[in-house]
Amino acid sequence: MALRSVSRKSLCLGLAVGQVRGLQSFSLPELPYDYGALEPVISKEIMQLHHLKHHQTYITNYNKALEQLDEALAKADSPSIVQLQSAIKFNGGGHINHSIFWKNLTPVREGGGEPPKASLGWAIDTQFGSLEVLIQRVNAEGAALQGSGWVWLALDKELKKLSIQTTANQDPLVTKGSALVPLFGIDVWEHAYYLQYKNVKADYLKNIWKVINWKYASEVYEKEIP
Amino acid sequence: MAFRPLLSRTLGLTQTLTHSHSHTLTQLRGLQTFSLPDLSYDYGALEPAISGEIMQLHHQKHHQAYITNYNKALEQLQDAVAKGDSSSVVKLQSAIKFNGGGHINHSIFWKNLTPVSEGGGEPPHGSLGWAIDTHFGSMEALVQKISAEGAALQGSGWVWLGLDKESKKLVVDTTANQDPLVTKGANLVPLLGIDVWEHAYYLQYKNVRPDYLKNIWKVINWKYASQVYEKECP
Repeated sequence: MALRSVSRKSLCLGLAVGQVRGLQSFSLPELPYDYGALEPVISKEIMQLHHLKHHQTYITNYNKALEQLDEALAKADSPSIVQLQSAIKFNGGGHINHSIFWKNLTPVREGGGEPPKASLGWAIDTQFGSLEVLIQRVNAEGAALQGSGWVWLALDKELKKLSIQTTANQDPLVTKGSALVPLFGIDVWEHAYYLQYKNVKADYLKNIWKVINWKYASEVYEKEIP
Repeated sequence: MAFRPLLSRTLGLTQTLTHSHSHTLTQLRGLQTFSLPDLSYDYGALEPAISGEIMQLHHQKHHQAYITNYNKALEQLQDAVAKGDSSSVVKLQSAIKFNGGGHINHSIFWKNLTPVSEGGGEPPHGSLGWAIDTHFGSMEALVQKISAEGAALQGSGWVWLGLDKESKKLVVDTTANQDPLVTKGANLVPLLGIDVWEHAYYLQYKNVRPDYLKNIWKVINWKYASQVYEKECP
């Protein structure tokens, strides 16, 4: 299934009157695989709800908040402009994060779980010791995260260093550092696993590695560090 | 089912021990452990508002895990205090807040719910009913407000009906993660809390949190909320 781009059009800011010009709306990107293709690691039911309900809702609310921002800017209504930032951050972040997440996963038969080779594999070995160590640490951070959030393998594109980060709620990785590029993220909100794994987040984290798309992570890495 | 008290023992802090250099060392005396309180109703007794499966997981797995981790953190705190290891003492506060908060909040939550056969959903009479009408206009308005705040909460957390025991005013407020209501104001007493973490409803309501919030009112224990209110505002 072809993967459509994250946004149909880009968001342009007019300079003189601070108005959002040509505001277009975002739409749900397609998954490059069937809902059931990640089983038994992530159930079809979860994938369907996660994509069609959760991600879609972030997009719907993001579009709505941007529309309201457009109006508030036109009226120079600063209290509203400021008040809307929470909804924009949360829903825009939700859209950003989930768009990345669908690309971070891939069925086993498409290479899901196959360890990274080339420069990313080497960087992981150099900076963490081994892939196993990296996995352990990502799982530990994910398990320890309080509340809802994400655990990331990040590349600092300036320092050329890998790191493991967590973000709360739908905060994108960039909120932890403007030079941070997400190689992959794992959603540890309860909706990402509860129907299948119930309270046992650790089992979800243990299993998800079987469908992690290291090829995509390597592409992102090599783009920043050619 | 008999309802056991919240704590099996209380945590006591001893007097300080003085060193010759007039630095003091504080030790935690008689650290006891917390344990899971019984529910005063069967797991299935809140159906169809909240499923038996959810109640069982929520009580035996989630709440129990908070207690287990709370006890562990307090033990580690005891060691750290004994060693004068301030770095660890401070580092442990996150685990204590999260897990201790989880224990506090869920212990209140089980008391905020009751089967329909035991009065679940029956609106409050007496002084709390009157206070609600005065502060919010009507019971319906309060329910709307709490449900809206609960639905809008970003991430995990709780929505509360609280009483400011100083001003004697009712408030609707939310807390993030497992933060207890008191973190929003030292004078705030929780009358009623609704858990809006996904684990509280997902198996039954999936992503439709508003439906959970619409239905939970059928099993809210207003008698208990009234008792708490009348204790503070006799």
